[in-house]
Amino acid sequence: MKKELKVIGKSARKLDGKQRATGKAVYGHDIQLPKMLHGSILRTKHPHAEIISIDTSKALALGGVECIITAEDVDVNNISYKRDHPILKNKANCERDEIAAVAARTKEIADKAIALIEVEYKVLDGIYDPVEALKEDASRINEFGKGEKQFGNKNIADSFHYEHGDIEQQKAKSKIVIKKRYELPRVTHACMATSNITAEFNELDGRLTLWSSTQVPFLYQRDIAHALKMEPSNIRIIQPIIGGGFGSKLDMHPFEPICALLAIKAGKPVQILYSREEEFILSPTRQPMIIDLTTGADENGEFTFREVEIIKDNGAYTSLGATTPFVMMQTYSSLYKIPACKFDSLAVYTNNPFAGSFRGYGNPQATFSLENNIDLMAEALEMDKAEIRLLNVNYKDEVTGQGLHYKTCGAKAALETVIEKSKYHKIINEANKGRYKRGVGLASMLHVGGGAKIYRSDGCGTTLKLDDYGYLTIVTGSNEIGQGSETVLAMIAMEELGISRDKIKVINTDTDVKPWDVGVHASRTSFVAGNSLLGAIGLLKEMLISKAAELLNVDMDDWVYENGMMRFNKHEIKIDKVVREIHFGTPHQLCTVNYFYEPPSRFQNKEFKGDVSGNYAFASQAIEVEVDTATGKVNVLNTHVSQDVGRVLNPMGLQGQMEGGLATGIGYALTEEMIYEEGVLKNPNFHGYKLLTSTDMPPVHFYPIETYDEAGPYGSKGAGEAPLIPTAAAIGNAVSDAIGVRIYSLPVTAEKVLRALSEKNKEK
Amino acid sequence: MEITFKINGETIIQDVRPGLLLLDLIRDHLKLKGTKPGCLEGECGACTVIVEGKAINSCMYLAVNTHGKEVITIEGLSDKDKTLDDVQEKMLEHGAVQCGFCTSGMVMTTKAFSDKCKSEGTVPDREQVKKSLEGNLCRCTGYIKIIDAAEAVYKNHNS
Repeated sequence: MKKELKVIGKSARKLDGKQRATGKAVYGHDIQLPKMLHGSILRTKHPHAEIISIDTSKALALGGVECIITAEDVDVNNISYKRDHPILKNKANCERDEIAAVAARTKEIADKAIALIEVEYKVLDGIYDPVEALKEDASRINEFGKGEKQFGNKNIADSFHYEHGDIEQQKAKSKIVIKKRYELPRVTHACMATSNITAEFNELDGRLTLWSSTQVPFLYQRDIAHALKMEPSNIRIIQPIIGGGFGSKLDMHPFEPICALLAIKAGKPVQILYSREEEFILSPTRQPMIIDLTTGADENGEFTFREVEIIKDNGAYTSLGATTPFVMMQTYSSLYKIPACKFDSLAVYTNNPFAGSFRGYGNPQATFSLENNIDLMAEALEMDKAEIRLLNVNYKDEVTGQGLHYKTCGAKAALETVIEKSKYHKIINEANKGRYKRGVGLASMLHVGGGAKIYRSDGCGTTLKLDDYGYLTIVTGSNEIGQGSETVLAMIAMEELGISRDKIKVINTDTDVKPWDVGVHASRTSFVAGNSLLGAIGLLKEMLISKAAELLNVDMDDWVYENGMMRFNKHEIKIDKVVREIHFGTPHQLCTVNYFYEPPSRFQNKEFKGDVSGNYAFASQAIEVEVDTATGKVNVLNTHVSQDVGRVLNPMGLQGQMEGGLATGIGYALTEEMIYEEGVLKNPNFHGYKLLTSTDMPPVHFYPIETYDEAGPYGSKGAGEAPLIPTAAAIGNAVSDAIGVRIYSLPVTAEKVLRALSEKNKEK
Repeated sequence: MEITFKINGETIIQDVRPGLLLLDLIRDHLKLKGTKPGCLEGECGACTVIVEGKAINSCMYLAVNTHGKEVITIEGLSDKDKTLDDVQEKMLEHGAVQCGFCTSGMVMTTKAFSDKCKSEGTVPDREQVKKSLEGNLCRCTGYIKIIDAAEAVYKNHNS
């Protein structure tokens, strides 16, 4: 239940905000080391080609060039979780492929040297459509793929199968069955800071230091070590301030070990900074896919079954995009009550670029398809679209077919809130004549709220150090990527220990110092790092109480911590004094503690069943759009967002996550698309790839639902990904509500809207 | 070429090659790293600085063109008197900073527009505020808090 708190629940400014607002924050681009060289990478000219020869002699002769590496020069392992990705290539398989790399005294010289490397190619026909790649006569795309043996087709990179319930029985019970195909595009993270890495190798002790923007430093350390055939503990990862993550930095990519290899060979530090064009071409994208979704409902509108078949364009190598089914299965199996579900997905090699993880991790795609199908089922049953959702909504104590256990559940409250606040029923009944037509769309989502146990541990470590002057240093395994995790941790410490904000430091950027953590993904940081910090504070309090009780000659009991003091009845003592007595009094101890928090979640079984998260987040959105039937342009007028966040920790920070998530979700719905022709990106710049700007952003009305889940710190749940997950679905439904035609692919461009309208008019 | 210009109140005499971008002069030669390289093609606004009172993309501006002019970068707003400029203060108060890579540009754009409005004695409405920030991209915040912060700066003009 809700406990009254002093700090938690009240808006707090960003802990490190001042350095970010004054230009003092040091990002990867700002690092300069003595004798540092600049790296540049030569990439293939053709997405699919044999490399006959590489001649680096002219480049090596250029003044200022210190070293060049190609596949022949390095002894390394393949990367990616499927180990199907060579760091430097002997054969080009996609537009991104790295052929050679140069380290030189300046970036200009490095780029010039790249242009002087002569490569002879034998251009090959590529396969850019995953359906083509599945055909028997298609050529083998990735020579390291194990598809033939594992999945019966050489071009299948990965495959997932899930089911629960009796599909055939549920089909028989269904009054209506809706089958639709959805096509989801590649979009990119477009972090404001481009990808970057700085590497330094110390030949004397064999240690490698990487200044990297990774979101998962400890997994990254292991991956770099595997790639370079090094001991992980000889690799130190330091995270500078990270200029945007959103999932793009969850996997390690070739430029990172390449930079390390250059630094090792040159014997000097090397830095690689992507240009914006490189960032568009090279950074991982959201997973594109084709979803065939069949859903049923009985005569009352109760959902009966879902059958899902997905083909994902895996690209030439396998990155985390291939693993998006982990999240997608949850949505299909467990968003709304569903007695039976069958899910099959294939990730198919093509000569396109590979996809990675991106805020939402497959869930925006799954939710778009599912919430569109729900609208279609309501239409077929002549039911109200709000009513059909409320009828099937998830509930507290539900254990879903997949085994997710909703110990708290704000799904109904969130849905009812946006229905009411958007005046959903009123607007859809309004007359909608003339050129501009308005509509409202509803969509809900389910996402993990208490981490996701996809590795053997989903934990987070914390070390606390309280110094002789009463300052607290929080050394946390977790990561700050701008989302505000440092601020939340400081708030927790302020709440629990009564220490003022200016006496709290958060250290979280160095694998040689900080304790282990999985990384910043799955909306998990406040949840795991918050719980870990609370555990550590518990141990710290034990030390303080023991000493304070001894000093004041009182019982160990319930103490109050306030304004740097600890109090018990009429007794009080300054915390820094207690620390000094621990330190300088006998038996001379440091006031430091270590704590490791492991969530109560379970690793799923081979059938992908099990309670994978510490708790679950639910959200609904109602989005109002206006469609210009003359131009096809869709304008988002208003958004209503309600989300079960367990408990609000920092209202201002949470609102920021909502607004930012909505912006990316609206971009996914309406404007963003990477356009490829034969495997080559045609719009690698902000001019051709349209992010929302300040004038495009509608108001975001946010209504948090507080369910006080006991697994989360103060009852909270993870919140960061949810705001963009149902957005495209709600917008798609709103467009259909406005003009009576539905677009089954993203983005919903003006061109698609006009075409759909003209087809509808032809039918008349 | 030798140029003489003022940056953050300090007069600098510098030898520059004609093709040098103002962004590179600021970051690489003067080591003022607060100005951020976001796209180098004038699309994102992360490298915005103020030249003669106007917000410009320093990646689209040649260093030689600053000869005889006054340049202000993000460091010029708070370094001297060690307190935050009102624009920076409002950005933090309104939660307008997440990763912060766009923040320098957002602050400088807002500062220039704020000074212009102040000198003209006008207070822009919300639509004008949005328009003033259109050339600055942000991927974290969804702009709303940045717009809120900027509006609060302009409202301060009257008080």
